[in-house]
Amino acid sequence: MEQQTFYYDNKIVRMFGGVTILWGVVGVLVGLLIALQLAFPVMNFNLPWLTFGRLRPLHTNAIIFAFVGNGIFTAVYYSMQRLLKTRMFSDLLGRIHFWGWQLIIVAAAITLPLGYTQGKEYAELSWPIDIAVTLVWVVFGVNMLGTVARRRVQHIYVAIWFYISTFITIAVLWIVNNLSIPFGWFESYSVYAGVQDALVQWWYGHNAVAFFLTTPMLGLMYYFLPKAANRPVYSYKLSIIHFWALIFLYIWAGPHHLLYQALPAWAQSMGVVFSVMLLMPSWGGMVNGLLTLRGAWDRVRDSAVLKFYVVGVTAYGMSTFEGPMLSLKSVNAISHFTDWTIAHVHIGAMGWNGFMIFGMIYWLWPRLFNTKLKSEGLANTHFWIGTLGMILYAVPLYWAAITQVLMWNEFTAEGLLAYPNFMETVTQILPMYYLRALGGLLYLIGFLIFVYNMIATARSGKLVAEEEASAPALTPMPSKRQPGETPHRWVERRWVAFSIWAFVAIIIGTLIEIVPGLMVKSNVPTIKSVMPYTPLELAGRDIYVREGCYTCHSQQIRPFRAETERYGEYSKAGEFVYDHPYQWGSRRMGPDLAREGVVGGPIYKSNAWHYKHMLKPQDLVPTSLMPAYPWLISDQIDLEIMPAKIRAMQTLGVPYAEGFDELAVADMAKQGQALADDLKKSNIDVAADREIIAMIAYMQRLGVDITKEKK
Amino acid sequence: MYAIFVLIIISLLVAIGFLIAFIWAVKNNQYEDDYTPSVRILFDNETKESQEEKK
Repeated sequence: MEQQTFYYDNKIVRMFGGVTILWGVVGVLVGLLIALQLAFPVMNFNLPWLTFGRLRPLHTNAIIFAFVGNGIFTAVYYSMQRLLKTRMFSDLLGRIHFWGWQLIIVAAAITLPLGYTQGKEYAELSWPIDIAVTLVWVVFGVNMLGTVARRRVQHIYVAIWFYISTFITIAVLWIVNNLSIPFGWFESYSVYAGVQDALVQWWYGHNAVAFFLTTPMLGLMYYFLPKAANRPVYSYKLSIIHFWALIFLYIWAGPHHLLYQALPAWAQSMGVVFSVMLLMPSWGGMVNGLLTLRGAWDRVRDSAVLKFYVVGVTAYGMSTFEGPMLSLKSVNAISHFTDWTIAHVHIGAMGWNGFMIFGMIYWLWPRLFNTKLKSEGLANTHFWIGTLGMILYAVPLYWAAITQVLMWNEFTAEGLLAYPNFMETVTQILPMYYLRALGGLLYLIGFLIFVYNMIATARSGKLVAEEEASAPALTPMPSKRQPGETPHRWVERRWVAFSIWAFVAIIIGTLIEIVPGLMVKSNVPTIKSVMPYTPLELAGRDIYVREGCYTCHSQQIRPFRAETERYGEYSKAGEFVYDHPYQWGSRRMGPDLAREGVVGGPIYKSNAWHYKHMLKPQDLVPTSLMPAYPWLISDQIDLEIMPAKIRAMQTLGVPYAEGFDELAVADMAKQGQALADDLKKSNIDVAADREIIAMIAYMQRLGVDITKEKK
Repeated sequence: MYAIFVLIIISLLVAIGFLIAFIWAVKNNQYEDDYTPSVRILFDNETKESQEEKK
């Protein structure tokens, strides 16, 4: 067999590695800002683009897609070339992938603070950006699978299987969850409504965790951890078994995000069962990673890289133990809507994702620049500060979660809520929010030390852009049909490539064709009194989505006495059939709003109260953490877009009368005027065309319809 | 509840896709040897400097 000489492309690895560091700092910085906003609401600065509701999506998207995303690509572009003994399939595709992804990040960083959002967690990016992500993702996939096809090693190492599963599954999830009907350059309505939207969203949301934050990271672990320790992975057999088990089980676990919510019980149970089973393959990965260091623990003492891996893999083990536990219905009844979830994801993001990426780059940078790490001491400092930051971040939040839920659920001997004022349960945990921000600050300081160390390391060496390597050629397998070969034999020989592309093509095609149609038909109301929103309420709802209210307020009352006493009748699936997108939320920083508009209900407030509260929440609730929304009072409702909104809703099957799109603006003016007149009685002078009017109209509609049926 | 059936179908399709990949991997003798690949990745061509470092 002939020995071939070729070159690894290290430049693309450096490019992705560099932006991983850059966006990581930005993501953590935004995280620290929003942590401070929760502790000190003045940090919202009364500016629309700096409020918590708009920055929280920026933080989550930056960490997931910019920091971890680029970290994954760094790992893939470095390890695949070496594992397969070939250069990446195409330098050009690699560059398109790189610049496309960075442009997407910049677009996200501009549109999210401006309030362009789809209103679904980790799927906030507006539709043109979604399309761009899809295209760039396909470029990534072609480049990756092309590299596999051109490999010089017959065996496909387990890390690559993890990468491939990431590409395929994320492609499917991304498209299904982001299907929407646009009505503006950046605005759209999800094709799904209410409970359907919630299901699709968490099917996506959970698998984004699985196939974006987990599988590619395991791939990273299986290459970089053995390399750093210079010893083979503990059990290669285990890696194969846990890989296949993991990808078969993960995709069914999504409904555990919706336990005790308006979702069929069997679907909830399915989510629980698969989530519990996931413990096994997840721990397979953790055990395999940690045991790789058997007999080498002395080296962990000296090597910062190995320390990062040990804590990273341990954090993976802890959060994948916690995950199945949180999926148990009785545990979830306690943990859901509290800070427990936030602590849980940060163990994953800071510990598993962050530390694995730090470990990788500390190991990678000296090799890329053919030099030594500038300072091992600073790397160790980063490790200890980062670990301390993580602990200081998570432990107070666990504490806060338990404290708050116990207060929510506490009844007096007379059978009344012991803490009927929601604010009391927030003020109680405020010290924990200070500590959490301190933890975040420490993590950021560690990160900045890392940035300095990496810049200094890069400067002390020179990038080895083209790294020479050689390997024997793999027995050539021409893709063309050979003379004398029957078509059937040829297809069979080529069927891996065929099946992958056919599969991707078929699945994407059918989904785009079939799913929206099915969704429209299924939006048949099951509760007769539930009616579509009036145009004014719809405009208000879109403002609610724009401001990211769902990041702090849920709209889902679970059937527990503590919740029905506090908020009113529990939520029914049929109430949300016109909610594109659903706004159930996942955390209650403030009270649930599902029954906000029910007159005489436990949390009903007058129009004047809402007006004053939006203007300055602390005037009515002195200790409130909510930002002020003065621009809702000065800004006019966008009337021009209203007909397009109504038409988009009609396309989605919302039963507005034919031609209603032309009447919508007049209808709004009428309802708005009535509301403005009512405010006037409380000596509040506001024009009927202001956003606040639409917002109040929406608040007063929440949860109302179902009460009409009983009468 | 169309959404859940759609999701189940899609999830099954993805799972079947992975199953096909698994069967291919087994038939392709990818898992014939479940030890040496883990060792082989440690023997990369490395840059001259880093090799000297080790000595």
